[in-house]
Amino acid sequence: MRVIVIGAGAIGAASALALAEAGAEVVVVDRAGVAGETSSRCEGNILVSDKGPGAEAELAIVANRAWRALAERLDADRGPGQPATEFEAKGGVVVAFPGGEAALGAFAASQRGIGITANEVDASALRALEPHLSPEVVRGIHYPDDAQVQPSLATQAMLARAVRLGATVRVTEATGARVRAGRAIGVETPEGPIEGDAVVNCAGPWAGEVAARFGARLDIRPRRGLILVTVPMPQRVFHKVYDADYVGAVGSADAALQTSTVVESTPAGTVLIGSSRERVGFSESNTLPALAEIAAKAARLFPFLADTMLLRSYHGFRPYAPDHLPAIGADGEVAGLFHAAGHEGAGIGLAPTTGDLVAHAVLGVPAPIDPAPFLPTRAALREEAA
Amino acid sequence: MKRRVVILGAGPAGLAAAQAALAHGADVVVIDEGERVGGQFWRHHDTLTDRRLQHQWARFERLRGALERATVHASTSVWRVDTEHGVRVHALHGPVDAVDREPLVIDADALVIATGAHDRALPVPGWTLPGVTTAGAAQALAKRDGVALGGRTVVAGAGPFLLPVAASLAQVGGEVVEVVEAAGARAIARGWGRAPWQFAGVAGKAGELGEYALSLARHRTPYRIGQAVTRIHGERAVEGVTIQRVDARWRPIAGTERHVECDAVALGHGFTPRIEAAIQAGCAISPDRFVVVDARQGTSVAGVFAAGEVTGIGGADAALAEGAVAGFAAAGGDPADARMRGPLAARRRMHAFAARLATHDIAPGWTAWLDDETIMCRCESVTVARLTAAAGAAGSSRGIRLATRAGLGACQGRTCGRSVEALLGRPLGLDRRPVLSSVRIGELAACADEAPAASADAG
Repeated sequence: MRVIVIGAGAIGAASALALAEAGAEVVVVDRAGVAGETSSRCEGNILVSDKGPGAEAELAIVANRAWRALAERLDADRGPGQPATEFEAKGGVVVAFPGGEAALGAFAASQRGIGITANEVDASALRALEPHLSPEVVRGIHYPDDAQVQPSLATQAMLARAVRLGATVRVTEATGARVRAGRAIGVETPEGPIEGDAVVNCAGPWAGEVAARFGARLDIRPRRGLILVTVPMPQRVFHKVYDADYVGAVGSADAALQTSTVVESTPAGTVLIGSSRERVGFSESNTLPALAEIAAKAARLFPFLADTMLLRSYHGFRPYAPDHLPAIGADGEVAGLFHAAGHEGAGIGLAPTTGDLVAHAVLGVPAPIDPAPFLPTRAALREEAA
Repeated sequence: MKRRVVILGAGPAGLAAAQAALAHGADVVVIDEGERVGGQFWRHHDTLTDRRLQHQWARFERLRGALERATVHASTSVWRVDTEHGVRVHALHGPVDAVDREPLVIDADALVIATGAHDRALPVPGWTLPGVTTAGAAQALAKRDGVALGGRTVVAGAGPFLLPVAASLAQVGGEVVEVVEAAGARAIARGWGRAPWQFAGVAGKAGELGEYALSLARHRTPYRIGQAVTRIHGERAVEGVTIQRVDARWRPIAGTERHVECDAVALGHGFTPRIEAAIQAGCAISPDRFVVVDARQGTSVAGVFAAGEVTGIGGADAALAEGAVAGFAAAGGDPADARMRGPLAARRRMHAFAARLATHDIAPGWTAWLDDETIMCRCESVTVARLTAAAGAAGSSRGIRLATRAGLGACQGRTCGRSVEALLGRPLGLDRRPVLSSVRIGELAACADEAPAASADAG
């Protein structure tokens, strides 16, 4: 079985790896090369803390376990000069300012009901976890299972391993579809056709566009997110710390700018500050309002940040699905075409299990979780893209 | 109401733009990072500077005098230029390390980007040893502070800028062992030896170069052409260099190595235009990474003009002429105005000179003098070997940057960016940045409540 994977981001890399491990011959096609877009423009979240009860939470719980094993395997099996994935099981701390404490408490209680560890911490325990946190914070929940990877390096590591298992990566653009007798068999590229037995669409925010080239419909849209990076400093943030209002922003369908604070340190000594979500197409302009709002909220959460120098900032386009669930599985109309996209800001965290679900859909190997809620055939994804 | 023209940069281009815009009756605001206006060309200190090292000082004094009618923000860093709803410039006044810098938000009817260039040194094995600086840094030390870089300095690279650097070092008491120019005899004859009548029009420039040549002769400093410093030696600091002949593509020629003892090396292989503000403003950039301008020095963005090195490396005289045209046009002036005849003619002459400078453009063969261990990105200590390995694995530009950390350090690729791109043979997009200079999180947060920019014609 020869499988063409479109997209060399985290989802394409995880799918290629799962397919290659299951014995398929894999060709990954990406116009920008490995981790050229969304997966190099995000925070590398592996979160359970932001998931309320539902299908995505189930996926996140399984994927969280999968990451621990995968990161260990990837780090142990590195090529010369290849950096580590920087996987850190650092845990998350979600905090509430006055007025938000009841909502946070109720959310954590609902999570405990589905088996997510969400520990209530009192004021002194909270200070012990995060000594530089604002004294204004009134409630904190500790999620020991939250983790982080360096998303670009983790994506590169997954693909490097897939390549060692026989996969190939072609840096070229899938400009058109190869369809024979109603069945997707490959892609057209400026360098000629690439053919196989199945095609997996892992094109992230461009997945809707790619689906359309095959005559399929998939409503995935870009949602812009900005991240600020400070200069390196001695470590003063020890977990992934975020304001409980993040949960509301993730679940929102609003097109307008929303920001919520997510602060964490990286092994390089920098502090990453997120996050914003706004639906502005693939526009790169008018980023200042989001930058300023993120900065203001971060300085409220960690007052020392106000005097910290910004080193750079960047934005990425998250693949947004209108019902906030990724689309994973066979296309409803075009045989041989599969999709794995629409994870929005959770793609890194959900990648390994998404890859396993792709291998299940394409090759029929056992699924790690019930694939039904994520099937691209669900009604919400087949609307005309707005 | 008067038209407000904001000018970024107070070097020759910016000062000439200010003078011309004032002459046309504009309300002029000049912003510069430096403590004093003058830019790199007229870098000076009120007491330490040796006036003999300055050129066209009388011109500078006239331009500086004209600024009395303008608002000048010195020691001010622009960190954001927005052009979506009219031109708005965000800046911070005060030393970068001060905790209470004053925020400035300036709306303008027109903007002149005259942000100049910084000098570029190509990586060479050993270039991270103490005692190696850019030619521009050596020049700044000599010009501003009257200090020579070392006892015995080798000045190496390409272009006429090496000559004033050597002359300045000699003037402040340093010995220049050799001046090493990579462009070969044939290229120099082709670039400079033909059509000398064009030179008659730039007599000042020819005279200036002649003066430097005399200085070299007076100090018995050899001027080697078609050669390059291909390795710098030393245990803890510079002890010597290997100089080699290079071919027309700057590839070192085996068997021509010579060892020269020295304790300092000044490297200058040309200039990198500072185009980040123009990129952020949305201006079209040419394939060779300069701001694209029309005959009025207008960029692709309405109301935004550019002048000086950001539009092409041409030296101070070209910058002065372009700046005058840009400032006049930004103020609403008609380039056909009689007052523009002089600057337009000077610009024509200086563009002919700038075309000759292309003789010294970096040729791609230089990467052959690198070895695997040569550090390309100094902030993050990224070697040639790491970069080539990361690029080999179907790396994307962002993937390579994140895997190697090249360009992710304190200078954000300002020093290494173009050399890394040359090594990998592909653009990495390091000059696109949402924030142009150092800003604190708190300073950024302070503009969260700010009113949206007014439309350009309301200013």
